[in-house]
Amino acid sequence: MAEAIYNGGPLPVGAKGHNSTGWWGMLCLIATESCLFAYLLFSYFYIAIQRGPAWSPEPQPSILLAGPNTVILLSSSVAAWWGEGGSKRGERGRQIAGLAVAILLGAIFLAVQIFEWRAKSFGPTSGSYGSLYFTITGFHMAHVIVGLLILSVVLAWTLLGYFRPRRHEPLSIAIVYWHFVDVVWLAVFSTFYISPLLMR
Amino acid sequence: MSAWEDARTPETTRATKAFPGPRLQEIWEREPGLKGWFADVDHKEIGKRYIVTAFVFLLLGGIEAMVMRLQLSGPNRTLLTPEQYDQLFTMHGVSMIFLYASPVLSGFSNFLWPLLLGSRDMAFPRLNALSYWVYLAAGLFLYAGFVVGQGPDAGWFNYVPYAGRAYNPGVNIDVYALGLILLGISTTVGAANFVVTFLRMRAPGMSINRVPILTWGTLTASVANLLAVPSVSLAFFLLWLDRQFGFHVFDTGQGQPLLWQHLFWMFGHPWVYAIVLPAMGMVSDGLPTFCRRPLVGYAPVALSTVATMALGFGVWVHHMFATGLPDISLSFFSGASLIITIPSAVAVFAWIATIWLGRPVITTAFLFFASMIVLFVIGGVSGVMTASAPVDWQLTDTYFVVAHLHYVLIGINVFPVVGAAYYWFPKFTGRMLNERLGKWNFWTMFAGFNLGFFPMHLLGLMGMPRRVYTYPAGMGWDTTNLIVSLGSALFAIGVGLLIVNIVVSLRRGAIASDNPWDAPTLEWATASPPPPYNFAVIPTIASRHPLWEDRLDESGARSRLDAGLLLDRGRETIGTSALDGEPNLILEMPADSLAPAALALGLALLFSGALLKAWWLAGAGGAVCGGALLLWFWPRRVHADMPQEPEHG
Amino acid sequence: MGAAFSLAWPMTYLKTYGPRANPITGLTWGLMDLSLAVIAIITVLVVAGVWVRRERRSRPVFADLLVGREAGGLRWIWIGLGLTIVALVASLAWTVAVMAAVGMPGGQPALTLEITGHQWWWEVRYVGATPNQTFVTANEIHVPTGRPVLVKLNGADVIHSFWIPALAGKTDAIPGRTNLTWLQADRAGVYRGQCTEYCGVQHANMAAFVTADPPAVFEAWRAGQLRASVPAASPGKQLFVQRCGACHTVRGGEAGGVVGPDLTHLMSRRTLAAGTVPNTPDGLSGWISNPQALKPGARMPATDLSGPELGQVVAYLETLT
Repeated sequence: MAEAIYNGGPLPVGAKGHNSTGWWGMLCLIATESCLFAYLLFSYFYIAIQRGPAWSPEPQPSILLAGPNTVILLSSSVAAWWGEGGSKRGERGRQIAGLAVAILLGAIFLAVQIFEWRAKSFGPTSGSYGSLYFTITGFHMAHVIVGLLILSVVLAWTLLGYFRPRRHEPLSIAIVYWHFVDVVWLAVFSTFYISPLLMR
Repeated sequence: MSAWEDARTPETTRATKAFPGPRLQEIWEREPGLKGWFADVDHKEIGKRYIVTAFVFLLLGGIEAMVMRLQLSGPNRTLLTPEQYDQLFTMHGVSMIFLYASPVLSGFSNFLWPLLLGSRDMAFPRLNALSYWVYLAAGLFLYAGFVVGQGPDAGWFNYVPYAGRAYNPGVNIDVYALGLILLGISTTVGAANFVVTFLRMRAPGMSINRVPILTWGTLTASVANLLAVPSVSLAFFLLWLDRQFGFHVFDTGQGQPLLWQHLFWMFGHPWVYAIVLPAMGMVSDGLPTFCRRPLVGYAPVALSTVATMALGFGVWVHHMFATGLPDISLSFFSGASLIITIPSAVAVFAWIATIWLGRPVITTAFLFFASMIVLFVIGGVSGVMTASAPVDWQLTDTYFVVAHLHYVLIGINVFPVVGAAYYWFPKFTGRMLNERLGKWNFWTMFAGFNLGFFPMHLLGLMGMPRRVYTYPAGMGWDTTNLIVSLGSALFAIGVGLLIVNIVVSLRRGAIASDNPWDAPTLEWATASPPPPYNFAVIPTIASRHPLWEDRLDESGARSRLDAGLLLDRGRETIGTSALDGEPNLILEMPADSLAPAALALGLALLFSGALLKAWWLAGAGGAVCGGALLLWFWPRRVHADMPQEPEHG
Repeated sequence: MGAAFSLAWPMTYLKTYGPRANPITGLTWGLMDLSLAVIAIITVLVVAGVWVRRERRSRPVFADLLVGREAGGLRWIWIGLGLTIVALVASLAWTVAVMAAVGMPGGQPALTLEITGHQWWWEVRYVGATPNQTFVTANEIHVPTGRPVLVKLNGADVIHSFWIPALAGKTDAIPGRTNLTWLQADRAGVYRGQCTEYCGVQHANMAAFVTADPPAVFEAWRAGQLRASVPAASPGKQLFVQRCGACHTVRGGEAGGVVGPDLTHLMSRRTLAAGTVPNTPDGLSGWISNPQALKPGARMPATDLSGPELGQVVAYLETLT
C-alpha cells in the first residue's frame, strides 16, 4: 500500500548542488542586489542626463588604473571558477590554489581602488557627482570585501577538510556570489568610464 | 544523530496515532522556557507573532487616525498643534503601510504556507525568525522616535527637500530613514524565504498549477519585494548621507529633488500590489470554500496575479503627474495605469462567477470576502480616475486620493485579512470565533468604513487638500468632515468587536475540528492547531483540492494524505523540483537557535548607534551581529551539511 | 466671497471657468459616471448572486453540503474582461484627447507670471517688457478675463504645488526647476486655490486667490501696482523700516527686504498670511503683534512692538493702497 507512494530511488540527504535551498537563496540575494546596483546606476544616469557633460568634475575619467583593475578582478573570477572545477574533480590542491589566487587578486583590486579613491581631485561632499561616485564604488567595494570574507571562510573550511566528498554547495554558492560582484563591476566601470564617451 | 549518509531512499508509512506523530513531536518540539521561546524557528509560531505584532501596529495607527479625525471633525479645531498633526499623519501612514499591511500578510503566509504546500517548515526557518525579529526591532525603532516627539514628520513618502536637513533639522527623518532600511532587511530575507519555499518545498505531486492562489499572491509579492525594496532602502540611505554627512544627491543646488520621487515610487507602487495580492489570494482561496465549489478560472486568476505585478513596475510615474513631466510620458504612464485594471478585472469576475455558480454559505468570513469584491471595485475605479493624467491634476493630493487609498488598503487588505482571521482562526488556535458576534463585527466595520471613507471622495471633489492639520470654515467641508469622523469612529468600534471576539473565543470558543469548514486544501488535513511537525507523513498531491477529490468525482489519481514519506531521522522534510513537484532531495532542517534574535538585537543596536552617531554603540551592535553570525553558522558536526554564508543560511 | 461661481464650495473643480480646466472637468464627470455605473453593476452582481444562490439552511453542517464541479464559468471572465477593455480604451482615448486640448495655447499669452512657492506663501511676479514694467505682489493674483495667462512655477525652499481648482489643475513648484502651466478665467470673480504638496507645518494655511476682472479693470489694477508707494514720512513708516524692513519691501519706501512678501500695495489685498487672516485693521494688528498665534510656525516672528508703536505701524500700512 504505502509502497505506491514513492517509487523513486535514493535521494541525496541535505544540500546538494543546485538543488540546495542555499543555492536558490543565493540567487534571490543576487537578484535583489542586482536591483540595488541598477537603482544606483539609475540615479547616476538620471542626474547625468539632467546636468549634461559639465556635471562631472572630470570630463573623462582616466582608465589608467580602472582598466587594468577590471582585468585583475575578472581574472580573480576565472581563478575561482578554475578552483571550483578542482572541487568537482576531487582535486583538493587545485581547489585551494584557485581560491587563494582569487582572494589575492580580489585584494589587489581593492588596494588599487583605494589608491584611485585617494587620487581623486574631488570628495564625496564636493558635489552630486562625487557623492554618487563614492557611493556607487563604495557599495561595490563593500561587496568585494564581503565576497573576500566569504571566499576566505570557504578556503579555511577547505583547508580544515569540512567538505563532504562530492559536496561543494558552499563553494559553488560563494563563487557564484563572487562572479556576481565581478559582473556588477563591469556595469559600474561602464557607467563611470565608458558612458561619458557615449554621452558626449 | 546517526552517522551521516550521502543518500537514502526515503521510507514511507501509514500514519497512526502512535506512529510517527509522537516521535516527530519529540524531534520538532521547541525547548520549554524562555530560551526556547526566543530560539523558536517554527513557522507557525513566527506567523502568529507576525500577526499579533502587526495587529498591535494596526491599533496604534488606528488610534492615531482617531485623534486626527477629532482634530478634523470641524473647521479651525485646535486639539493638535501642526507639529503633532504632522507626526501623527506620518506615523499613521508608516504604521499602516509598513508595519501592518505587509507584515500581517507575511504572518498569515508564514503560518499557512508550509501547511498549504504540505511541508514541515519554510525553506529557511532561521531566516524566518530573523525576519520577524528585525521587523519587530524596526517597528520599535520607528516608534521610539515618535514617543520622544522625534517621529518622522514629512509624510510617508517623505519628499525632499522638505525631508532634507535644511528644512527638517531634527532627528525625525533620520529615524524614518534608518528604520525603513532596517525594515527592508526583514522584508528582503522574508521575501527570499517565500520564493525558495515556493520553488523547493511543495509536497510531492504538487505541481505549480495545483498550489492555492494565496501562494501565488505571496510569491508574486515576494518577487516584487526582492526587486523593489532595494530602491527605497537606497533612497533612504542616500538621504541619510545627505543629511548627516553632507552628500549632495537630493538637495536643490547640487542634486535633484525629483530623483527622490522616482526612487520612492519605483518602490512604492509595486509595494502597493505587494500588500494587496496576497490578500486577494486569501479571497480566491476562502471564497470557494463557502461557495461550495472550486474557484472559477484558477489559471486566469493565477496568471493575472503575476501580470498585475509585472505591470505594477511600469506605472510609478502616475504618482508624479503634477511634477511637470512631458506630455508624452504622461500619456504612456496613463495608458499603463489604465491597463493594469485588466488583470484585476479577471479576479473580480472570477469571484463573482464563483458566487453565482456556487451555493454560498453566509458566514462571517464569507461576508468579509464577498464585501471585499465591492470595496475592491470602488478602490479600483477611483484608481482608474487618478490614472488619467489630466483628471489626476485635479484629484491628486486631495481627499479623493485619501479615499481611494483607504478603499485599496482597507478594502483589499483589512477586509480580506479579517475574513482570513475568521476563516483560519480554528486552524491557528483550535477554537472557532463566535459567528453571532462576527456578524455584528462585520456589519459595524462595513457600515463604519463606508460611512467614514466614501464621503472622503466628496471632500476631495469639493477641493479639500490632504495633509492639512486644519481648514477654514466656509469651504463647504464642515458637515462632510463630521460625517467622516463619525463613520471612522463606528469603524473603530467594529475593529473593537473583532478584538473582543478574539479574546473571548480564545478562552470560550467552540472547539474546532480538523476541518470545520469542510475546506478543500491541505492545511485542513492536519490537526487544529497543527502539531509542530505539521504532517505526520508528507502527503502526495494529485489535484488542487486534495480534500474534495471524492466529492468532485474527478476521475484520475487521488491524493494520499494518510500515508506518505516518513522522514523522521532528525528535522527533515522533502525537497521537490521547482515546477512539477518531483521529490529530489531530503532536506535537513536546522534546529532552534538564539542566533536570529541575537542578530536582530545586534542590528537594532547598530542602527541606534548610527542614528545617535554613537559609534561605540554601533560598534557594539556590529560585534553582537558578528557573534550571532558565528553562533548561526558554527559547524554542528564535522561531517554535517556545511555551514553556509550569512546571506542565505 | 463675492464670486460668480459656486458659493457653497469655493474649492470644487466639478464646475470650472476656463478652457484650461473645462475639458478636464468633462472628463472627470465622464470617468466618475462610468465609475459609478461599474460600482452599481458589480454591487448588484455580488448582492444578487449571494441572495439568489445562498444556502438557505441556517447553520448547515459543512461536511453535508454538496460540492460543485470545477469546470465552467470562464465565460463570466471573458465577457467581463471584454467590457472592461472597451471601457478602458475609451477612457484612454478621451484622456489623450483632453491632454491635447489643454496643452499650452499658441501665440503670445496676455500675461506672464512667475510664481514662487515659499514656506508658506506665494510670491507673484508680473513680468513686464522692461524692468520698470515688472512688479511683485503676493498670494492674490489678478488676471484679465478671457485671456490665457502663462505661469512659470518655482519653489523657493521646498516643493509646493500650485492649484486653482476652478481654473487649472495642479502643477508642482519645485526648487531648481521651472514648471510651466497656464490658466484662463472666462468669468469675472475671485477663485480660491491652495498649496497641495505637503510643505511643512503651515501647509494648511497657504491659500492663493485669483481675481479675474474685465481687461480694462485689470489694466487699471496693474497701473496701480506699478506705482511706487510713497507715503509721507511718519513715525509708523520709520518704525516699519527699522523693524520690518529687513524682510519686507515697500517700493518707494526705504524698506527692501526680500524674505517676506512685498507689501507695496498691501491695502489692495483681501487677506494676510496667504489667506489666514482678513486684511482689516484688527486683522493687521493681530497678525503683526502675534503671528505665531494665528499661524504657528510661520516664518514671521513676533515683533514686540508696544501698543502705540503697533498703532503707528498699522496706520502706516493702511496708507499702502
